Amino acid sequence: MGLFILRRSVVMILTALCLTFIVFFLTNLYPNLEKLAKTQGNFRMSDEAVTSWLTKEGYLQPLPVKYGQWLGVLPGWTLETKDGITGRCLTGAVTPEIAAEAPSFCGILQGDWGYSTVFREEVSDIISTRLGLTGKLMFWVMVLMVPSALVIGVLAGMREGSKTDRTLSTFSIITTATPEYVSGVIFIAVFASSAVGLKWFKGTATSAMEDANFENFFLPVLTISLYGMGYIARMTRASMTEVMTAQYIRTARLKGVKFSNIVLKHALRNALIAPFTVILLQVPWLLNGVVIVETLFNYKGFGWVLVQAAGNNDIELLLAVSVVSVFVVLMTQLISDIGYVYLNPRIRIS
Amino acid sequence: MEPLGTFEIIWRILAQLTPVWIALIALFAVSITFKRKLGLYGKLFDSVIGMIGFGLVMFWVFTGVFGQLDLIVTHDPLAQVSGMKNKVPGTPLMMGDEGDYPWYLLGGDNLARDVFSRMIEGAWVVVQIAPLATMFAFMVGITLGLPAGYYGGRLDTFLSFLANLILAFPVILLFYLLVTPEIVATGVPSYMATVLFVFPIVFVGVLLNSRYHTQPHIRLPLLVIVLGIMIWLYLSLISEQGTKVAVLPRFLDLFDIPGGILVVFVSVVFVNSPTVFRIVRGLAMDIKTRDYVAAAQTRGEGPWYIMLWEILPNARGPLIVDFCLRIGYTTILLGTLGFFGLGLPPESPDWGSTINEGRKLLSIYLHPALPPALALLSLVLGLNLLADGLREESLRD
Repeated sequence: MGLFILRRSVVMILTALCLTFIVFFLTNLYPNLEKLAKTQGNFRMSDEAVTSWLTKEGYLQPLPVKYGQWLGVLPGWTLETKDGITGRCLTGAVTPEIAAEAPSFCGILQGDWGYSTVFREEVSDIISTRLGLTGKLMFWVMVLMVPSALVIGVLAGMREGSKTDRTLSTFSIITTATPEYVSGVIFIAVFASSAVGLKWFKGTATSAMEDANFENFFLPVLTISLYGMGYIARMTRASMTEVMTAQYIRTARLKGVKFSNIVLKHALRNALIAPFTVILLQVPWLLNGVVIVETLFNYKGFGWVLVQAAGNNDIELLLAVSVVSVFVVLMTQLISDIGYVYLNPRIRIS
Repeated sequence: MEPLGTFEIIWRILAQLTPVWIALIALFAVSITFKRKLGLYGKLFDSVIGMIGFGLVMFWVFTGVFGQLDLIVTHDPLAQVSGMKNKVPGTPLMMGDEGDYPWYLLGGDNLARDVFSRMIEGAWVVVQIAPLATMFAFMVGITLGLPAGYYGGRLDTFLSFLANLILAFPVILLFYLLVTPEIVATGVPSYMATVLFVFPIVFVGVLLNSRYHTQPHIRLPLLVIVLGIMIWLYLSLISEQGTKVAVLPRFLDLFDIPGGILVVFVSVVFVNSPTVFRIVRGLAMDIKTRDYVAAAQTRGEGPWYIMLWEILPNARGPLIVDFCLRIGYTTILLGTLGFFGLGLPPESPDWGSTINEGRKLLSIYLHPALPPALALLSLVLGLNLLADGLREESLRD
């Protein structure tokens, strides 16, 4: 097991390095840098002004060097100007004495995530606050999605082909066919607009960032949960129907065990192994849903930051966003693998 | 003129869709009559769910095609008619010319364009891109997944690493990185198209070569003709005047893909192919232990013959089902792109862009956003039901 986790961690770090390098490469292509220079300076900059701005900010160094500096394995750049010394690890122009005292390495290995050009804030601050907000959203999504999906799946798979099964299966197919931007729009239209007039909930979740309550937070949570719910329910149903045809269930029935007891005591545990991995592997998909829903409901969390950073080519923020999301995706894969082995005695013992 | 009532609107929409109903009835009548002779497709008509799904899918296919042939749309989807801004469904035109359709059946959007016509035109965007992009993704996935599953070892490790790398990317971040105008200007998507579109040629080439390599008199002319045509199509597809990739001179260039569509197409193929790769790889690993594969190996067949003519046909059931599901997923992805205003031009009538425009005024006006949302929902639902029906019927035998 230790070796397995070690090997997976190495693959994980390798993947993260490759991915960040790709993001680094794409965001550092010259047209992107030019756009960045123009949004930071002014839009009527001449080509020479763009070049000199980029040189001054250290963007025109060779790509591997810049990547090494961002990682913190190469010393950050410094440049002598007439105002003093500027550099990656320095704020503003400073005198040579201060520059000599400043650390020469400042990358993510040193815990320095850089500075966001859009929000004009430290990247680490942005990421931690926004991730907290999205964490709140995801927590309620899980609370709503997982139990209801499991209940739907178990009820549907309990008696294959029955009327309950048909109804619930249709429901789960419909939810998997409804992407968040469709269900979100329909929910806002029905429950929040003045045209229908129900006005049960609020159409935006901006106020939920400080003070989340049922009225302003339920629609975004419901929108994200529905899309994932159908998929988990279908997996649970498939694994439940498989278990219900197993020999030991038939034995129990022939012995005269009550049907509710068969489902709860004999079938449920074995049927829930497969959905467990599915739920964890669903987390990366939820990340997509989060981006859409946060944009739709104007909830300024992690997904909203992703859109802002990508739309404005905010290089360091975008890199941090991709590091976090890659980490989330790969961690869930790792946990689901370990959990699968742990939950399934057939694999654990052999 | 009087505004239309609810029932009249519904009736008029149904009447406007007459060609679609005729085509659907004809298709179903023919298919049900000959269903015993049509293989898996015929068996679809034994299951109610499959029929409903197929009906929904074909409804949108016919709507898209006939909409493009100008049989359904009531107004130009880009034309703005004064006085029709945000008007509710069934509003008569204020100052229509002679011969114009006298109502906006589903109302006007915030730029005074006809919502109904835009929804119909949006169907064409999806019908055009989604199946083709899925097919390309399948060709890429199959061409790489079969050897990875069949040979295993280093090749498998390497290709799986690449696939997982792409899968670990959040899709929307990838779209933002690939589809922004700045990146398009550097030519990255065009280069990716150049690489991705090679796979169908490799696939068909290897497919035919492995089948006919013992019969040189058939193989040579067949390969020359098929590959010749495909390479010509390939070159005219990727080469576009004025972009970074312009290899063909203009007189040989058969067609140009309108701006944005190629980029959208490439990114959708790119996102879908790793998942297909994983499915094909898994199937190949499972099937290669079967007896008929061992028999073929004993006969001395080459590895590519075994992969493409022994393993692939036996993996077709799950692959067909996944193909249907994946078209639905591609439709969702196209909508996502439109929703974030990426790739397609802003005035494009595709459903994602229309939903995105409509949502801004959603609390007051529902009619611009709801029709495309429901359209997308019903198409994806149809594809999922179709996949379910196919799965049931293919498991039955």
